[in-house]
Amino acid sequence: MAKNTSSSAFRKIDVDQFNEDAFKEDEQDFRSPPAGPDENEVMSFLNSYPFYFWSWYSSFIVHSVLGKYTEALQTVLRNAPLGSRNQQVKDSALNLTLKVLLSIKSSQMEDIISTLDTDMVDILMKYIYRGFEIPSERSSGHLLLWHDKVYAVGGVGSIMRVLTDRQKA
Amino acid sequence: MSERHSFGVEPITCHAWNHDKTQLALSLNNQDVHIYEQNKVTNEWKLMHTLSQHELRVTGIDWAPRTNQIVTCSVDRNAYVWRLDSDGKWKPFLAMLRINRAATCVRWSPEENKFAAGTGARLISVSYFEKQNNWWLSKHIKKPIKSTVSCLDWHPNNMLLVVGTSDFKVKVYSVYIKDIEDPAPATSWGSKHVFGTPLAEFHNSSFGGGWVHSVAFSGDGNRICWVAHNSSINIADASNGNISVTSLKTQFLPFNNCMWVRPDSILVAGYSCCPLLFSVNAKNSITFVCKLDSSQKKESGGISAMRKFQSLDRQAKVEVNTSLETIHQNAITCTKIFSGVNGNVAKFSTSGLDGQLVIWDLNLLESSMQNMKIS
Repeated sequence: MAKNTSSSAFRKIDVDQFNEDAFKEDEQDFRSPPAGPDENEVMSFLNSYPFYFWSWYSSFIVHSVLGKYTEALQTVLRNAPLGSRNQQVKDSALNLTLKVLLSIKSSQMEDIISTLDTDMVDILMKYIYRGFEIPSERSSGHLLLWHDKVYAVGGVGSIMRVLTDRQKA
Repeated sequence: MSERHSFGVEPITCHAWNHDKTQLALSLNNQDVHIYEQNKVTNEWKLMHTLSQHELRVTGIDWAPRTNQIVTCSVDRNAYVWRLDSDGKWKPFLAMLRINRAATCVRWSPEENKFAAGTGARLISVSYFEKQNNWWLSKHIKKPIKSTVSCLDWHPNNMLLVVGTSDFKVKVYSVYIKDIEDPAPATSWGSKHVFGTPLAEFHNSSFGGGWVHSVAFSGDGNRICWVAHNSSINIADASNGNISVTSLKTQFLPFNNCMWVRPDSILVAGYSCCPLLFSVNAKNSITFVCKLDSSQKKESGGISAMRKFQSLDRQAKVEVNTSLETIHQNAITCTKIFSGVNGNVAKFSTSGLDGQLVIWDLNLLESSMQNMKIS
């Protein structure tokens, strides 16, 4: 008699490989993958922060700091290599995006999200969920804050697209 | 504004109305199709017939209004055409679908001389009646479908079919069958009319995602609307010579059904358990209008402190109201026109996993809701 085990390894067997007319995804169907964001460009946005810090006009400081972060986030989202098949490219883009996300304070999130279009909001949500998978110190709490703010804009629809889209972060 | 009818706790897989909407065919997630008739005085539904020929779950029902024939398809890979016999019983005729996977959806053509069934065998089976042998024959459209056909709809000219598949694509085919009909004049979707010619193909999303749940031709046949599992609503428009596609990624849970209620208004319903209205402007940009379900969450009977502690004491639990704010208490899976025609709908019916069938009156809803304007 079969032994009742808790092993779930059988779920990972790829049964489709034995089916000769298994579904194969068209590679050329999807948007051509960008090479990923330019790390130097994004870091220059993040690092330009101290220079403005000593400026006289406080309103100007806040504005430009916010502007730099917005540009950094928009750059990583615009160049997100979601369609790339190179895991290294995707991983480095993920690390860079997380670096940007974690350096933005919770009070600035809403203003920055308001500058993004719906596609960018969806991509941001994908990176937030991907970020949950590789927690570092205090990152999850900060990402939960992001999640809260992005959810307020994108609704459950953006979470659905994290689940359904083939182009993952 | 909305009439509610309950058919038990089992989910209603699909439903269909006869020509004068006095009878209703539905399947309660099993192999049988039940035909009900409503008593006009007591408003109770009386079970008139049970069509039991399928061996597995029924996935699609369509009732041809003029010829009074019902077509049903099922997971058992068969489709039956039912005709009312002279002795008042429904008699099944097997249609030769020739498929090795489940049939997923079925629709009569507008002329009711053929029907199309979507299947899990990665093909569409278009059946027509052959008088010579007195049976339903079928022709297959295979290429280039690479996955299950999940939904389909007929163009008003009886010659074109739009299908949605689970490989995230929407396709338009010519389904002219030269044995039984004359070719129709060219439409905005193309002039080729050889059976099975693909005329157009659309991707659901450039990010590659979402099974297509429902497709619908507009009343004039120049526009196609589809909804998919990435919560999107999409429109392909061929009226200006070249085909343009617009899409709206919504904030809601995915939609299972879409329907043109006016030339520029789309009704969608799905996992949010509530029908939603969207409007389309001349440039095909889609905007949210309103939810059609204005019912409020019932006050939980004004639980007094005494009752609360009484139930805590007696049953060791706090009464929690788990009912949803919407009329449907679970996902809506099927939407049909109740009165009106495609593109000008006065009433429509929805059925869902909660075993309820709800009939909605758009005109009454429009006059009662302030923010609702049907263009």
